[in-house]
Amino acid sequence: MNKVSFASSARFISRLSLGAALSAGLMMTAMTPAEAAKTTLNLGMSVEPTGLDPTIAAPVAIGQVTWQNVFEGLVTIDQTGKVQPQLAKSWEISADGLTYTFKLRTGVKFHDGEAFDAAAAKFALDRARGANSVNPQKRFFASIASIETPDAETLVLHLSAPTGSLIYWLGWPASIMVAPKSAENDKVTPIGTGPFKFASWMKGDRVELVRNGDYWNKEASAKLDKVTFRFIADPQAQAAALKSGDLDAFPEFAAPELMSSFDGETRLITKVGNTELKVVAGMNNAKKPFDDKRVRQALMMAIDRQTVIDGAWSGLGTPIGSHYTPNDPGYKDMTGVLPYDVEKAKALLAEAGYPNGFTFTIKSPQMAYAPRSAQVMQAMFAEIGVTMNIEPTEFPAKWVQDVMKDRNFDMTIVAHAEPLDIDIYARDPYYFNYRNPAFDALMKKVQETADPAAQNAVYREAQEILAEDVPALYLFVMPKLGVWDRKLKGLWENEPIPSNVLSGVYWEE
Amino acid sequence: MIALLARRFAGLILTLVIVSLLIFTVMDLLPGDPASIMLGTSASPETLAALRHELGLDQPLVLRYGQWLAGLLSGNLGNSLTYGVPVAGLIVERLAVTLPLALMAIVLSVSIALPLGVLAASRRGGVFAIIATLFSQISIAVPVFWVALLLIILFSTRLGLMPAGGFPGWNEGFLSALQALVMPAIALAMPQAGVLTRVARSAVLETMHEDFARTAVAKGLSSGAVLRRHIVPNALIPILTMIGLQFTFLVAGAVLVENVFNLPGLGRLALQALSQRDAIVMQDVVLFFAGLVIVMNFIVDLSYLVIDPRMRKAV
Repeated sequence: MNKVSFASSARFISRLSLGAALSAGLMMTAMTPAEAAKTTLNLGMSVEPTGLDPTIAAPVAIGQVTWQNVFEGLVTIDQTGKVQPQLAKSWEISADGLTYTFKLRTGVKFHDGEAFDAAAAKFALDRARGANSVNPQKRFFASIASIETPDAETLVLHLSAPTGSLIYWLGWPASIMVAPKSAENDKVTPIGTGPFKFASWMKGDRVELVRNGDYWNKEASAKLDKVTFRFIADPQAQAAALKSGDLDAFPEFAAPELMSSFDGETRLITKVGNTELKVVAGMNNAKKPFDDKRVRQALMMAIDRQTVIDGAWSGLGTPIGSHYTPNDPGYKDMTGVLPYDVEKAKALLAEAGYPNGFTFTIKSPQMAYAPRSAQVMQAMFAEIGVTMNIEPTEFPAKWVQDVMKDRNFDMTIVAHAEPLDIDIYARDPYYFNYRNPAFDALMKKVQETADPAAQNAVYREAQEILAEDVPALYLFVMPKLGVWDRKLKGLWENEPIPSNVLSGVYWEE
Repeated sequence: MIALLARRFAGLILTLVIVSLLIFTVMDLLPGDPASIMLGTSASPETLAALRHELGLDQPLVLRYGQWLAGLLSGNLGNSLTYGVPVAGLIVERLAVTLPLALMAIVLSVSIALPLGVLAASRRGGVFAIIATLFSQISIAVPVFWVALLLIILFSTRLGLMPAGGFPGWNEGFLSALQALVMPAIALAMPQAGVLTRVARSAVLETMHEDFARTAVAKGLSSGAVLRRHIVPNALIPILTMIGLQFTFLVAGAVLVENVFNLPGLGRLALQALSQRDAIVMQDVVLFFAGLVIVMNFIVDLSYLVIDPRMRKAV
């Protein structure tokens, strides 16, 4: 109401004329020159972040807006899931694995002009690991005993125990570098060192970022002038916004059943990539009858994973046999360990003392994949005489309370989003109530070495244990369903870490 | 008159206090804790405790309620737990969407329903009566979100005439903001127009059989003049009551439409606050709705005085 923009009325008029042209049956194939030289991007997301600082709240949507765009870390994780230098140009790890010495880049500035140096890096890490820290991944920093800054470009971390995953964890959204002066307000006005600067947040609708002209890394400078993240929860509305051209891209489209509706669109392409989202039906391993491994194995063998994927996610997804995705280092296909076999499942149940089956309840969150998977599983369990009741459980509020905190459940189903989180089975407390000293020892062993090959070997062993023990029923990895304009290049097809990295994104002329 | 206003005002305050107490208690009884929702599945108990302390959630309910009330009295609605910004600003931002939307829907439904209802009543058995009955039955029966989807498919996806959803904001140009609200307003207005058509029709019908209407006819006035001067003004009272009720219903009930069209309105704010267990936002929004209902009823009462001279005398 403050100023009348002619651009938008022009857009309206162009829409009107476009509509008129279409309805008159004219062919409109040529794009206007203005669109060819596009330097803005409208990108859709299903969930609005509840704050823009990934170091003080967990929702992945926060990192999907700000990580790598506004904020950067000492290191980063690339498209293939590998660690790469970022604000630290190099690092050395002492032979005993207890001292990490980082060489930092010089001349890097935060968006408000504050310098990034060793003192700022120490501030960010101390804030994340301090007594009052509310960092959702505070455990990442637990082994850091002290931090030294011998000079402005050197950062030394002294650890209390070897932590082989530390470098990888430092690439996570929760480990980004924030500045002493601005950190307090990052939740509302994020200030980082990244290729984009925060411009505005219209809550409930959009976040706008603009190009950072003073970005330190000239090779990775943003090619887009402005990016608008728009938050659209309803899948039908998402599809409509894409088809009408209101959105240029939806990197994580929420409704697999609507993917085929884009088939006839000449302007849009669809890409099915990988994510880290593991859909698993976790069981309460401390509770009867799930404390019996044979029962868990029987339930696993009663499930045909492909049928679950077909029923729940329109056939888009990859079956898994443990808590690990094909993206992850050291992946081993474990789907053959307990394959779909009704007769064997029945035999296992009888052996465990349940020849006539039993009845239990699954607490199913409202996200589309959960009730759909649960319904398919319900039918499959019925085949072996097991009755499963489905109890809808509001996510996150009631689910977090009942399952995570109170552990008052038999079975639940949820997509675990964190990359390489196989160690949750060694955590105590964690909702599975799973105890296995052999597995715990492996998770410790992973941290004792920083050598990727040695780590992969341990991870393979860990997958074998989970596939055999099935503390949770391993169902499938969710695909990353991307829909975007054909002329838009540089968006990530896979998702080794939940993100929308936009520095390499551009419009093809 | 002043006594009436004072009584009204005292009642208003009392209602708001009761509503606020109720919502505070209910939010506290609901399972789920905003701190653990924010920190997700990996947080340790210590981190959770630190955040609960930071948000003031470790204080007893009575104290939190008192602080909130004290804040209200000094004009401070408090900060949203999840967004971390003042709630007052959030509500104002959202009202800039929801109020115009509700107003547009009211104007639309009144301008459809009034003529249709009056014509249907005055020409019973005619084509307007059939149209009115059909229209009100269909528009009440058809779900709002379905109408919304049809509009999107036709005007956005197929014809490309309208934006499929979202709200550009008023400072992006009046026209594009208005344009973003047209289809949601139509979807929202449909069932309201249906209800209002029925109310208008039966109110006019009833008034037609009143003595004064018969007298007017007996005096030799034309049927059009009788309708204009005697019947419609008298029939307006139930119609106005309905419109007043509908307005508050539209503001609070726009959740579905706001969701389908992805409009950042009050309804969506309330829904999001509920799922995040953001008690402060929830309380403020519910309090706002309660206040709105009370104020609207008051305005409807006042408008009777304007329309009907007999009521002016009674007061």
